[in-house]
Amino acid sequence: MSFVPPLSDFSILSKPVNGRRLAYLDSAASAQKPKFVLDAMTEFATSEFANVHRGVHRLAAAATQRYEEARVAVQQFLNAKHSDEIIFTKGGTEALNLVSYAFLSPRISAGDEIVLTKMEHHSNIVPWHFMRERKRAVLKWVELREDGSINPSAVAAQITPKTKLLAITHMSNVLGTVNPLKEIIQIAHAKGVPVVVDGCQGAVHEKVDVQDLDADFYAFTGHKLYGPTGIGALYGKRAHLKTMRPFNGGGEMIAEVTEDKVTYAEPPHRFEAGTPPIIEAVGLAAAIKYLKGFDRAAIKAHELELYQYARKEIGRFKWVRVIGEAEDKGAILSFETTGMHAHDVATILDGEGVAVRAGHHCAQVLMERFGVASTTRASFGLYNTREDVDALIAGLEKARSILL
Amino acid sequence: MPLLRVWKRRGVFFSDMIDESLRELYQEVILDHSKHPRHFGPLDHATHNADGLNPLCGDRITVHLNLDAEGRIADIAFEGKGCAISQASASLMTDMLKGRSTAEAEKLMNGFLHLVKGEEGVTGLADDDLEILLVMAGVSAFPMRVKCATLAWHTMKSALEGSGAPAKSE
Repeated sequence: MSFVPPLSDFSILSKPVNGRRLAYLDSAASAQKPKFVLDAMTEFATSEFANVHRGVHRLAAAATQRYEEARVAVQQFLNAKHSDEIIFTKGGTEALNLVSYAFLSPRISAGDEIVLTKMEHHSNIVPWHFMRERKRAVLKWVELREDGSINPSAVAAQITPKTKLLAITHMSNVLGTVNPLKEIIQIAHAKGVPVVVDGCQGAVHEKVDVQDLDADFYAFTGHKLYGPTGIGALYGKRAHLKTMRPFNGGGEMIAEVTEDKVTYAEPPHRFEAGTPPIIEAVGLAAAIKYLKGFDRAAIKAHELELYQYARKEIGRFKWVRVIGEAEDKGAILSFETTGMHAHDVATILDGEGVAVRAGHHCAQVLMERFGVASTTRASFGLYNTREDVDALIAGLEKARSILL
Repeated sequence: MPLLRVWKRRGVFFSDMIDESLRELYQEVILDHSKHPRHFGPLDHATHNADGLNPLCGDRITVHLNLDAEGRIADIAFEGKGCAISQASASLMTDMLKGRSTAEAEKLMNGFLHLVKGEEGVTGLADDDLEILLVMAGVSAFPMRVKCATLAWHTMKSALEGSGAPAKSE
């Protein structure tokens, strides 16, 4: 295998958990942070920090420059055409809420429709439920195939002249399914429907080119991308952003404020009210730089190899049912265990040093679709090894012996 | 008393202890209750009902009570799906509360909450009651699972209070 996991960059991985070697298989919830990212943040905070876009002093200028450089780093990461198409948010959730409030809300009225898929994370469902509640919009759901994939024609079938938006994930956080975004976006655009993409998983594991995809909006978060918490970004086409109303009101997002009126700054600052997560933006830029140091295709191949190894091993257990077997999928393994609840399984795995996610994964519509209340999920990152898979498999056998 | 030894060991996580903690958490009595829950199903002529939800995992249970004229829990039942801990806790609870007064139910609940949170000062419980409740004390070593154990009890309390709002596992 060409890719060697850079374990020494992640000191947390060498610290025992419950007296056992840690097998961290929960990167889809949040990835561990390499020293490179943590050092970049500390370095910035201890030598160049001040508030941004205010003040004329040297540190204010330095911090502003670093913050705007981070925006360019995100622009390049997503291959956006302009850096002003990148809005910093506190995460993927805020980015999607921004689209709901600032883009969709003024454009939607009673009876209009929003199309979304049954594999969405709650962060790409609840903002649209807001539109249902507040604007009496109608949510229309794209059904999934049994293997957890989406048939693009099923998306087409849900779009009507009343459709105002299509919301779809790049990659499912439960199934691992990678959606044929380009084809789906073409279908939506042919019917005049803008598309918002939840890229919280996709940006980590897939190469993203928002111009090639022709996505109208693309949201992602820093902490799943080996970056810090508290920072995410929304890409929006310049033509959209210019027409959008502000999201939060406060400092930095204004042009002028008087007793009688307020005028707003141009994008992206219009959407960045208040002091932004400056240190975190620097951390996110560092995470992107860190990833650039690797061949990302090799990372993906490495993660998929681990997934396939785990899938093969788990396949020996007749009491395991894997959910999400799409042909095009990333390294996420979700499964149900007959006679054993996911939380009990996860507790016993934890005792073995194996960190997995158990529950509904903030995707209850998806759970319902597959008729399960919860699953156990192992998700892989660039630092995982075959040893982690072996620990998972041994832990599952142990869970079986304790619980049944 | 030997049962208290178990309880006082909470939160100790040496590698050779974790196994023991897990075996204690998933001891025979608990697995038996979770696989064969007592008083499971609907309850005819229930006077009080409440739904409980653990938002962490999406598990739901419903507790039905039948209070008699003297305010005793003449009958009790529960329905729902959940992990071994939540099912066992609900089953044990229904076993314990049948025939008790609401005041006793509250006292047992407080004792139970103390035990699973690993807090000191469980007083005033009869030895027999304490012995049964101590079966669940192993949960205190697993803070992320305390809500699984308390869901049924909070739901029971919500049913008694008749608030109608779904109980949370808090």
